[in-house]
Amino acid sequence: MTATSEVPLSDMPIAGALDRPFLSVSDLSVAFPTEDGLVQAVEGVSLSIEKGKTLAIVGESGSGKSVTAQAIMGLVNRKSAKVSGEIWLDGQELLHLPQGEVQELMGMEIAMIFQDPMSSLHPFYRIGDQIVEAIRVHRPMGKAAARREVLEMLHHVGIPAAERRIDAYPHQLSGGMRQRVMIAMALINSPQLLIADEPTTALDVTVQAQILELIARLQGEFGTTVILITHDLGIVADVADDVAVMYGGRIVELASTTTLYDYPEMPYTLGLLSSVPRMDQKLPERLDPIRGNPPSPIRLPKGCVFQPRCDYWERVPGEACKTVRPELLESDPDHLVRCLLQVEERKQIARDVKQILAGGSE
Amino acid sequence: MLLLLFLLSVSVFLLFAILPGDPARLTCGKACTPAIIEANRHRLGLDKPPLTQYVEFVSGIFAGRTFSEDSPEPIKCDAPCLGYSFNRQEQVMSLIARSAPVTFFLAVGAFVIWMFFGLALGIIAALNRGRWGDRLIMGISLVGYSMPAFFLGLLLVFFVIIKWQFLPFPAYVAPWENPFQFFQTMLLPWILLATLYAAYYIRLTRNQVLEVLGDDYVRTARAKGLPERTVVVKHALRAGLTPIVTSAGLDLAGLLGGAIISENIFSLPGLGALAISSIIDSDLPLITGITILTAAIIIFANLVVDLLYAVVDPRVRVT
Repeated sequence: MTATSEVPLSDMPIAGALDRPFLSVSDLSVAFPTEDGLVQAVEGVSLSIEKGKTLAIVGESGSGKSVTAQAIMGLVNRKSAKVSGEIWLDGQELLHLPQGEVQELMGMEIAMIFQDPMSSLHPFYRIGDQIVEAIRVHRPMGKAAARREVLEMLHHVGIPAAERRIDAYPHQLSGGMRQRVMIAMALINSPQLLIADEPTTALDVTVQAQILELIARLQGEFGTTVILITHDLGIVADVADDVAVMYGGRIVELASTTTLYDYPEMPYTLGLLSSVPRMDQKLPERLDPIRGNPPSPIRLPKGCVFQPRCDYWERVPGEACKTVRPELLESDPDHLVRCLLQVEERKQIARDVKQILAGGSE
Repeated sequence: MLLLLFLLSVSVFLLFAILPGDPARLTCGKACTPAIIEANRHRLGLDKPPLTQYVEFVSGIFAGRTFSEDSPEPIKCDAPCLGYSFNRQEQVMSLIARSAPVTFFLAVGAFVIWMFFGLALGIIAALNRGRWGDRLIMGISLVGYSMPAFFLGLLLVFFVIIKWQFLPFPAYVAPWENPFQFFQTMLLPWILLATLYAAYYIRLTRNQVLEVLGDDYVRTARAKGLPERTVVVKHALRAGLTPIVTSAGLDLAGLLGGAIISENIFSLPGLGALAISSIIDSDLPLITGITILTAAIIIFANLVVDLLYAVVDPRVRVT
């Protein structure tokens, strides 16, 4: 993980792309002009992923995680949104590609799975035809051959009686089956990058695990790089190599999954972790939710975007949290934190909180 | 649907049975004497109890019937018999049969024009949302939508026919007799009706398309890397325009029952004009016949629309 490099990315020669991580996003900002003002959905997001790895982006609704994913995918409407920054995939900059070339990449090199498989599949077309369409946009192939490939893929994603289901309409399938169809559709062209935007949120808990396992298995088989967008820290631990925590359109903490779980530093991450029940620890008397609501993306706080909800901002002298926007800085190697608290102090806070959690109650 | 038709015919019948005014009195005008009224009442079958009248009416539709059987000149009315207009000395069915084609041509012609412009302009407006094309189209649509039919109709007559004399005064002929004159006559009524409906359909289409363009499956289609054209035509429009089928079917059916204002402005001898004059004359059998026929068309159109819907939308299909 190299989120901050000494040389600005734009100054690198193209030949330097070889040293670049498989996917790197630098200083990505997305804003939507609305009648109420400019909605700054994403600001200054930089992250990178090595080939074949999984990065989880975690955050609440409105934290900018989905918009980040859609910007990488090329789904943010360039006419209505202001997008800046750079997105490099395998040595190619995506944000400044002409629309036609972006279309060639979409579904071929980058594919996406969405939250609600019911509304994400077209209600009027048979699922087989929808996947065949995904093949034939990118690869010249006869309908019959494409259909054989679809059938094979449906088997592969674990759809029983695929011969029959291939001609089913989305409404005839269960939620889990529909999400498998979405996965089959996303992976049919063996994309290098798979973006899964809350792939399990709309599903039953029992099905969630199956879908995550399926994604992990296929990732191993195809060598796909995965970005997993979720608000559920509980599912991240098993799947992701690295985790980026987003809040108010910014990355507030970025670390490897083990580091983030064992040594979280940003108070927001702490809050997220303490509001997830854990089986391996004695249950506290009650889960500790983060008080307050996420900030409005039109009127973000002047200082740290998390300050109004933070329990510890008073420990920073001079009310700096209310006036100074913290930078995303290295706390340890490969561990980036956006917080004005002293490194030692926030590590101490984290230890205290974890102790309280492990102790069961105060 | 049959139940609906039954309820409908009963209520129409009841409605006219309790209405004030004696239809028998109206048959003879100034020459009325109590004896003539009584004789006419008998000829009309109005001296029988309402239930008998209703049964005779319904059986007339299927089997035909004969009026004033015991008089020297019985009137035979072949199935499907919707009654006999004594004012006009003619069967209701043949009166309707003479007017219906006019209304049919009027409605279908207007339908084709308004669907074409309504959908096309609505789609263009939606795809150019917020830009000048959208604003222009929506502005025109607002004007068309707020314009009363009689006003726009009279404007058309005044300018196109009277002032500029682009077209002769309308005089209806069947299209197979004189196609050129037929088109000359129908052009303005078509434009009038099409304008009124297209204004509404532009808005309907624009809203539908905008709504669908924000749907998840359209995003999925984009994420597949499909060209924007395919995304819009195959994915967005297919889903977005389907509900318009319902609206269009019912509007067409409503028009088939007679476009009263347009027919009157352009003196077209259609169902709407016939209905108006039957009401003015208190021609009860004719009113009943037209009402039931019109309602039947709408009920039938409802059924057709439902069936059509099942063809377009697999979710509605019974499996």
